[in-house]
Amino acid sequence: MSLRADLAVIANHIAPESRVLDIGCGDGALMLALRDKNCDVRGIEIDGASVERCVSRGLSVVQGDADRDLADYPDKGFDYAVLSQTLQTAARPDCMLEDLLRVGRRAFVSFPNFAHWRTRAALMFGGRMPVTRSLPVSWYATQNIHHVTVNDFRELAAEKGARIEAEWYFAGERRIGNAGANVRAEFAVFELSR
Amino acid sequence: MNARSKTLVLPVALPLDGGGELARVELAYETYGALNADRSNAILLCHALTMDQYVASPHPITGKPGWWVDSVGSGKPIDTDRFHVICANVIGSCMGSTGPASLASDGKPYGMRFPVITIRDMVRAQIALLDQMGIERLYCVIGGSMGGMQALSLAANWPTRAARVLVIASTSRHSAQNIAFHELGRQAIMADPRWQDGDYYGGEAPDSGLAVARMAAHITYLSEEALTEKFGRNLQDRPDGSKGAKSFGFDADFQVESYLRYQGSGFTRRFDANSYLYITRAMDYFDLAEEHGGRLADAFAGAQARFCLVSFDSDWLYPTAESRHVVHALNAAGAAVSFVELSAPHGHDSFLLDVPALDRVIAGFLG
Repeated sequence: MSLRADLAVIANHIAPESRVLDIGCGDGALMLALRDKNCDVRGIEIDGASVERCVSRGLSVVQGDADRDLADYPDKGFDYAVLSQTLQTAARPDCMLEDLLRVGRRAFVSFPNFAHWRTRAALMFGGRMPVTRSLPVSWYATQNIHHVTVNDFRELAAEKGARIEAEWYFAGERRIGNAGANVRAEFAVFELSR
Repeated sequence: MNARSKTLVLPVALPLDGGGELARVELAYETYGALNADRSNAILLCHALTMDQYVASPHPITGKPGWWVDSVGSGKPIDTDRFHVICANVIGSCMGSTGPASLASDGKPYGMRFPVITIRDMVRAQIALLDQMGIERLYCVIGGSMGGMQALSLAANWPTRAARVLVIASTSRHSAQNIAFHELGRQAIMADPRWQDGDYYGGEAPDSGLAVARMAAHITYLSEEALTEKFGRNLQDRPDGSKGAKSFGFDADFQVESYLRYQGSGFTRRFDANSYLYITRAMDYFDLAEEHGGRLADAFAGAQARFCLVSFDSDWLYPTAESRHVVHALNAAGAAVSFVELSAPHGHDSFLLDVPALDRVIAGFLG
């Protein structure tokens, strides 16, 4: 089973035998990849059916709401905290990023970039909330309640005193360069430290 | 009463949390599946308040199938082709293990002379059983409801004895509401004139009181939705076979009344009233944090086991918040923990009923 592009990047850049917290771990795809690297991986997932699937794969996953439950995790309890495709669903992404940087020595964050040209075009020429391949759900049903752009995220990271250790950009599953990322990238992955 | 069960007399007196010790403790237990050569495939099942060691074999008094026969057996989620499953009747109970109905050194039943025991005392006795069996480390300890309290107590107090800990529909402490319902049951027993300060063995047992206790408790095991679904306001057919109608009296007009009376009287045939007093007391005293300096996370400091907690969304006796409370403590202690709230309509009793998602979680967690 091949990992989604952002998860593959994250899996490749986490050192073997690390302690990792995967927030919004879904069905545990990243956790399984990390377990193969002998990492001690824990997950948080809000969807019960996904949690059940993770547990049945032998993964340690707690059903919970990251908006509320991250506060219960100790400071620097993990080498890495991972938030993949979840930041934009948080009630307060700024607070979640703060918690992420608190519980992990390093953090990985991936999200769909709302400033991608397709999104811009859909809004500018269609006059409608974008429904694109990276944002496939209509405005009233989407879980993405806090759309964010690459530039917004960089600014938030700076406000939080986080250093950007690395960044990766994708158009579809294809890796693209950093130039013009705020327009060209459909997805972004950041590695942060503080 | 239960010639079928194996029994073991503990070689030394059992020290008790309340002070003192209990001599000549006998434990009645059942096992299913073979123990492997290196004794690494043992699963200890801890039973709930009114359950017993008859997990997957017929109950000797009622003749009913074991209480977890759907989950324990060959090819089932707790697969007896792979695992050696042990379940012992808890001390204080009445199905062969030492309890208030057992004979004290003077040859008479203990009655109220039986010491008040705790959940940890129950577990201590089971650890002694494992010692006798030469089982150093359980593959898993599993318990629902009061069984979950025992599983948590084992994990906290004997952390090297289990590699996995599975806790279903349980709690780390009894709430005021939990204690209140238990007190209602105890007062019903003690208000029965036949109770005689617990000294009723050889005479009539306080069955009316015990039946009321069971009826009250049974309500707490079911969700309102389940009761409504099952009975609604339906009327019970009359004993002569005529259609149900309001009797303008105090017979069991409603089906739910008839059901509760049936549950209550059925219970008195298989359970001892004094055991009910002692075991409910043990549950009320249970507060795992208090045992460990007031902070639940400290109870699990250095825990190496993998934990899995399961709650049911319709369980109002030990609601999801109680499981979450334990999960947060385990997280704070850095333990490997999974938690899932399953959706099931039956209330607290869901853990004993057919919930396919629970089977998947159990099988998955056992790996």
